[in-house]
Amino acid sequence: MDKQHVESSARGIRIEGLTKRYGEGDTAVDALKGVDMQVAPGEVVGLIGPSGSGKSTLLKCLGAVIEPTAGRMTLGQDVIYDNGWKIPDLRALRRDKIGFVFQAPYLISFLDVTDNVALLPMLAGKPNAESRKRAMELLEALDVAHRAKAMPSQLSGGEQQRVSIARGLVNRPPVILADEPTAALDSERALAVVRILNQMAKQYETAIIIVTHDEKIIPTFKRIYHIRDGKTHEEAGEGRSFD
Amino acid sequence: MISLAGRDILHAWGKFIFTGVGLGLLIGVTLTMAGVYRGMVDDANVLLDNSGADLWVVQQDTLGPYAESSSIYDDTYRGILGMSGVARAANVTYLTMQVRQLGDGKARDVRAMVVGITPDGPCHPGQPGYLVDGRHLTRGHYEAVADIATGFALGDHIQIRRNEYTVVGLTRRMVSSGGDPMVFIPLKDAQEAQFLKDNDAIVRQRARTEQNPALNRPGVPGLLDAVIASQSTNPSVNAVLVQIEPGADPDAVAEPIRRWKRLTVYTRAQMQDILIAKLIATSAKQIGMFLVILAIVSAAIVAFIIYTLTMGKIREIAVLKLIGTKNRTIAAMILQEAVALGLIGFVVGKISATFWAPIFPKYVLLEPGDALRGFVAVVVICVLASVLAIRAALKVDPAEAIGG
Ligand SMILES: Nc1ncnc2c1ncn2[C@@H]1O[C@H](COP(=O)(O)OP(=O)(O)OP(=O)(O)O)[C@@H](O)[C@H]1O
Ligand SMILES: [Mg+2]
Repeated sequence: MDKQHVESSARGIRIEGLTKRYGEGDTAVDALKGVDMQVAPGEVVGLIGPSGSGKSTLLKCLGAVIEPTAGRMTLGQDVIYDNGWKIPDLRALRRDKIGFVFQAPYLISFLDVTDNVALLPMLAGKPNAESRKRAMELLEALDVAHRAKAMPSQLSGGEQQRVSIARGLVNRPPVILADEPTAALDSERALAVVRILNQMAKQYETAIIIVTHDEKIIPTFKRIYHIRDGKTHEEAGEGRSFD
Repeated sequence: MISLAGRDILHAWGKFIFTGVGLGLLIGVTLTMAGVYRGMVDDANVLLDNSGADLWVVQQDTLGPYAESSSIYDDTYRGILGMSGVARAANVTYLTMQVRQLGDGKARDVRAMVVGITPDGPCHPGQPGYLVDGRHLTRGHYEAVADIATGFALGDHIQIRRNEYTVVGLTRRMVSSGGDPMVFIPLKDAQEAQFLKDNDAIVRQRARTEQNPALNRPGVPGLLDAVIASQSTNPSVNAVLVQIEPGADPDAVAEPIRRWKRLTVYTRAQMQDILIAKLIATSAKQIGMFLVILAIVSAAIVAFIIYTLTMGKIREIAVLKLIGTKNRTIAAMILQEAVALGLIGFVVGKISATFWAPIFPKYVLLEPGDALRGFVAVVVICVLASVLAIRAALKVDPAEAIGG
């Protein structure tokens, strides 16, 4: 490993030998059997694999929602998990360091578009005005600012997904985890979403991991992790440009 | 930070207003029940106040005249008048019965408490305190002063037993402990009314008396007439109301009456105790049961509504947790929604109770203190009712937002 690599990995997300076992005894399932992965800031990687291979499990571990059974995970300089040890406040970690983008946008139905996005900085203790200002910037960048006062139910699927991307980005997290973000979109919109994610990765120096089955967007990745039976192997992607 | 509860309520305001109004009507019923109890206590106190008495002299060992029947001779009051500390004493009779209003198109029955008083004018014990219209009783017969709750008007003719009376005065808030409006008539008439038999019975009794050789003795002229006269008059009253001299101690005045007249005497405090602790005790318990059941039903409704609303937001709650919302914030959201529902309910309840209380046939007294206690109870109930929903919300796994 050269020095340059260490430097960049120290700023991105990195996991080594991550395992996850569900249950105990006879019924135990080893969903992850030693996964290595590393994503640098500004990089967008794909995570693909057949059903039951452990994609969601890996995403939940990366998202600090479930704890891995063993292995190590670092985020920038911070060690998150280390063989059974974990940092005490996973909730604050999720709030400040990780952005989530889901297959279904899962917006908060009773908040308008602006506050759906502004809620995250507010939760982190930022004043309302500043939070909304940040939210508006992102909504503008994602081309949904004209719907800022609408309720989520009044948006189209693509608009909802862009709002949820704005929400994922608003706290400028070093990592964004996206679970099938394009499954509900046609190919044009799917590509638009991936283009936005790539732009955002560059602009905010964010490491983005996209779990997908979507044949339309797989060719856009420069790097792809294949996961099969709880193990990953890395592969170069086509890295096709969007134009 | 924005108020999540506030936003959710604004978003689902229809649901909130609807259930709030439903809950509010229930709370209104609860406040009214409490008001009915307060009204009964107030009626009892008003009854005692309006009697103008400091002491009630009744038949020995009875709880009369309101809680039990009591009968004493109508000349007893003279002896009492002579006792030390007694300023005024007057006979009184009480009889709850149907009073018939006469006149074309006006004929109807009113349940009333007929009070027989000596027509000595105002300030005497037993007299209606103040009139809203008309005058006090002045003649010894066939005049009546009625509480306006009877619906009678000045000049109306009413029938009590066999006699017809003209309404000459109207008073207000003169009710029995049961809430029946009072009709005051002269004592002599009232004594008759209480013990008077119908014409047939009088004729039969007279015939029987005539056939009794012990009473109908040819050798003793006038005996039969005297016996018949004694049979058809009634020398009893229900109580003697006593006013004591200013500064006198009620217990000190009561004691010699008890001892020398062999009668039972109650002071104001004892009478109040009889009315409130004995007469309306069962009704009070009845109302208490209602209050308990209503509280449980309200709690169940709030719990159910808040639980359903929370279950409808499971996905949102999972997302909120995933993006790092504190459990405390989520619990506060649910709690605030429950309390908001309670507040809507309380406001609706208070307004509707105020609105419908005057329509009730009996006096409903809505006390601010009860409203305050009701408010506290509503808040406590809402807090308890949200516990179930909060527990369910805290169990939601943030991983659910990511899915499989
Ligand atoms: N909570 C759980 N308890 C027990 N086993 C689980 C649990 N969640 C997942 N598994 C098992 O772990 C393995 C990996 O599951 P995972 O959900 O990560 O797969 P996936 O790659 O996301 O599949 P899909 O593409 O179908 O969503 C599967 O065998 C699954 O049955
Ligand atoms: Mg999955």
